[in-house]
Amino acid sequence: MTTVLLEARGLVRSYGAVAALRGVNLAIAEGEIVAVTGPSGCGKSTLLHCLSGILRPDAGEVVYRGRRIDNLSEAERSRLRRTELGVLFQFGQLVSELSAAENVALPLLLARTSRRRARTAALSWLERLGVAEVADALPGEMSGGQRQRTALARALVTEPRVLFADEPTGALDTLAGEQMLGQLVRLATQQRTTVVLVTHDPKVAGYAHREITLRDGQIDPTGLGLAGAGLAMVDTEGVG
Amino acid sequence: MLLGLLAGGPRHGYELKRSYDEQLPRARPLAFGQVYTTLARLVRDGLVTPVGQDQAGGPERTSYAITAEGLAGLRAWLTAVEPPAPHVAGALLAKVVVALFAADAATARDYLVAQRATHAARLRELTALKADPATGLSDVIALDYAITHLDADLRWLRTTLERVATQAQEGSA
Repeated sequence: MTTVLLEARGLVRSYGAVAALRGVNLAIAEGEIVAVTGPSGCGKSTLLHCLSGILRPDAGEVVYRGRRIDNLSEAERSRLRRTELGVLFQFGQLVSELSAAENVALPLLLARTSRRRARTAALSWLERLGVAEVADALPGEMSGGQRQRTALARALVTEPRVLFADEPTGALDTLAGEQMLGQLVRLATQQRTTVVLVTHDPKVAGYAHREITLRDGQIDPTGLGLAGAGLAMVDTEGVG
Repeated sequence: MLLGLLAGGPRHGYELKRSYDEQLPRARPLAFGQVYTTLARLVRDGLVTPVGQDQAGGPERTSYAITAEGLAGLRAWLTAVEPPAPHVAGALLAKVVVALFAADAATARDYLVAQRATHAARLRELTALKADPATGLSDVIALDYAITHLDADLRWLRTTLERVATQAQEGSA
């Protein structure tokens, strides 16, 4: 039997006059890998930021393990992101002054793990991701693929129950990106980590168990993700 | 393909079928009958020659070897560039065009939604196979070929719908 781990209920979020999310309902099961796709500006990243507690929705609820998290304080949401929710951004966003091992150890140090234990865990994750050799290198000294894997190690070092990945590889046009995504999915499956993968790339979405398409801030049940309502014959009015 | 497999040394029909299935596991399986009719044709054309029989604990089997002429033919085949398709056509293209420009709105929408979902489901299925560490290199190469084509179809479908939507908007503006 599947357990719902994370749920969006009627999420609404605007940036000034621009509505990014217009009532999104979504239930994600434990261990599920869900791809969120759709054209640019459809609200994919905003949905991910609301689900992961980075952003607060204007209306609606985010429920994680049966508990509302959208109304938690910034400090409580931050703590949740350090312990149970991992976030992986495009281009990794590593701290350029820190070595790979220090970058990976960072979330553990913030969660008050001892320096020695954090370093041991960081080295073990770098090894699992096949980049142990760059442990003491700075991000500027690494290849793009090594940086991506280090960022993945940092996202996984806290062994989160949910991993949010926003365009983790960019377009999947390099072997390094593909191998990194393969590892992400393999490790997530091994650890029963739930993954929410935001992407515009059909090949990346191919790694998920299920694909959710957004259109104009709402879930598009047709999957076509057509922006605007210009195409009368494939318009989805009444479907959703 | 059989000539290519024989370039590695003499083999009998059963071994050829097994190698073919290993090298191209996603291809339509090769029937035994087809292996033997092809071998007979290659022998007739002088590209392959029977080189002996063995009966190691089973039925008698004839081994075949590639001839010098066969090797020359194989080299010629490998050096001839595969021409890109001369005409732009395909069942998917035809259906999408008819759906967009000749069908009623509901039929067109239902078809496009179902076609996209079917392509995406197949893409997920093949990606799961490709990501399995137990999948061998030749299988990964074949899967990648199929995945890349599905990906191209999905991208083309999305661009086409956007293009038609934009045209419709500009037309009604």
